[in-house]
Amino acid sequence: MSKEKQGVLGWVDERLPIVEFWEAHLSKYYAPKNFNFWYFFGSLALLILVMQILTGIFLTMHYKPDAELAFASVEYIMRDVNWGWLIRYMHSTGASAFFVVVYMHMLRGLMYGSFKQPRELIWLFGVLIYVCLMAEAFMGYLLPWGQMSYWGAQVIVNLFGTIPVIGDQLALFIRGDYVVSDATLNRFFALHVIAVPIVLLGLVVAHIAALHTVGSNNPDGVEIKKNKGADGIPLDGIPFHPYYTVKDIVGVVVFLFLFSIVVFYFPEMNGYFLEHANFEPANPLATPEHIAPVWYFTPFYTVLRAIPNPFGGVVAMGAAVMILFFLPWIDKNKVKSIRYRSVLYKVNLAVFLVAFVWLGYLGMQGVTPMRSEMALRMSELYFLFFVVLGVYSTNRSAFYYIKWFVIIIGIISAYDLYRSNAEIAALVWQTWLVPVAFLVVALLGAAFTNLDQDKTVPERVTE
Amino acid sequence: MKSLARLIVSAIVLSTSTSFAAGGNAPAFHVNIDMDNRASLQRGATLFVNRCLSCHSAEFSRYNRVADDLGIPQAVMEENMIFTGRKFGQTMTVAMTTENATEWFGAPPPDLSVKARARGADWIYSFLKGYYVSEDSPRGVDNLMLPGTAMPHVLWDLQGYQALKAVDHQDEHADSGHAAAPASPFELVQEGKMAAVQYDRAMTDLVNYLVYMAEPAQLKRKSVGVGVLFFLAAFGVIAYFLKKEFWKDIH
Repeated sequence: MSKEKQGVLGWVDERLPIVEFWEAHLSKYYAPKNFNFWYFFGSLALLILVMQILTGIFLTMHYKPDAELAFASVEYIMRDVNWGWLIRYMHSTGASAFFVVVYMHMLRGLMYGSFKQPRELIWLFGVLIYVCLMAEAFMGYLLPWGQMSYWGAQVIVNLFGTIPVIGDQLALFIRGDYVVSDATLNRFFALHVIAVPIVLLGLVVAHIAALHTVGSNNPDGVEIKKNKGADGIPLDGIPFHPYYTVKDIVGVVVFLFLFSIVVFYFPEMNGYFLEHANFEPANPLATPEHIAPVWYFTPFYTVLRAIPNPFGGVVAMGAAVMILFFLPWIDKNKVKSIRYRSVLYKVNLAVFLVAFVWLGYLGMQGVTPMRSEMALRMSELYFLFFVVLGVYSTNRSAFYYIKWFVIIIGIISAYDLYRSNAEIAALVWQTWLVPVAFLVVALLGAAFTNLDQDKTVPERVTE
Repeated sequence: MKSLARLIVSAIVLSTSTSFAAGGNAPAFHVNIDMDNRASLQRGATLFVNRCLSCHSAEFSRYNRVADDLGIPQAVMEENMIFTGRKFGQTMTVAMTTENATEWFGAPPPDLSVKARARGADWIYSFLKGYYVSEDSPRGVDNLMLPGTAMPHVLWDLQGYQALKAVDHQDEHADSGHAAAPASPFELVQEGKMAAVQYDRAMTDLVNYLVYMAEPAQLKRKSVGVGVLFFLAAFGVIAYFLKKEFWKDIH
């Protein structure tokens, strides 16, 4: 290809295909020209990953993974290390920003059907990245060795203890001790700074390699490779570099602006990014009154609390994450983008988002009978999103929708009958209306109206 | 779609406030913190080293850093503010051992370096104003913020002693924590050296200092932030026009 290249570049290129790499992934990687706002979050996630690694390296230079020294070493970084406060705030804010960006990125995938054939593998790698990120965030949160670090870890590791038969041994194996202790801190440090990041980097490479193999989806959900010009270049494609590099720079600057406002003016974010209780050193003898995970875990924490049986709760929480892996095989509707999906699909997605945010809110609050009820109802809506998505995969007969309507209501009502008692009966049957109302709209709506009709997808991208 | 994005962001960013650290009641008073008021910070530091640092350590805070940040000359600090036998560049530890402290008070006084971040300024302010005469307590006083506290009322000579007003359970439904200063639940039964207004001002200084000490970097980070944001805004304009220029020929 570039046999004529002279000089250093030519010399290197004969030995390592850097030009080919540059072309395949940047200057001749054709991306759809109609990317919108939602397409900034992929490159932003990459930016934050790099930032977390760099700030993390500098933090490890001063941090001490020792139960006696950890809390003090963090304060040492905050006070005595030059610019240590900036490095630490970038890292702590970066953790929350990572989840903000990743949640937006996942929502983008949901809205435009980016997980669908032929992009199933991209989605799978993406969900794996998300799971790794949760592990990374959880273990990193122990390191400041504050009260919330300590008790948060205690609670989460105890979850593994609820697994029948092997639970106790497994929790012991994770902690390396009978309670969270110096041994736990040390291994979490090792996992946080080396093991998980390596896996994460590998997964990111796989995620992007898979993406560049099949090409990017777009807000119209149209395959641009189906419409190629005489030169073999997609008619609706433009080279990633320079077009999307210059565009992403704008996104990066806007992101960094917002990020800096938090880092420099609201590093605690009113207790959401750095919890107040975490400025008390870890004390194994004093349990805080209110143990709340950091905001990005709270939706799943609420699913956990929605089921009174501890192991049942763990299973529900695990299922809430694991179900994401199956999305490409749940939603088999040929129409990718929300732009051309039915009204009822949009209702389903909107209800899912409300349920997710509500779950997150409930996870930060203390427990009251009403909140416990709503936790269960929002968890039901969370899972029903996927059920309804599966039902919408193709157009079905009215009978099919009604059949599912009856089955699901039967299951929900049976569980409510089983758990209801005199004390909570009123609440149970009032909130019973929440999933039922949703199913009336989503399934009976599909059976008796034409609101379940998808629209025609255009041949070429719009705009 | 864009409005959806905005909705999500605001749902995440705006929400109600979270609760502060364990133990104790919700703050009864509000205090205005002002990191730009250097005189207040200096008075607070003086109060701190005279009144708190004999029992409470601040083991992450260094004398020289405090001197630098608050504009206190080294000689002045060494002569008037270091009573612990520590050197100018050392941290604010105390001589009292944990064993002694436990024996004398029942519990070791906590380190105060980052207390203001754990408890919040309002809580500490309310605590400092929260002592009242109580027959039931072994020390003769109790604290409204932390019932049963082991800490004696060390500022009694300044504040005097106050008693809980005969409780006409003041409307607990009134909007909690809002500006309109809630009526004090206390009444003075023995005067101290300071009038109530003076004591409030002194406690404001002290809390101001504790807030500073919990995060000395806050004096710097806000001014650094201005520069960073200006740079990003300018760079953003350039990036925007660069993008526009490149994209002229698309569609």
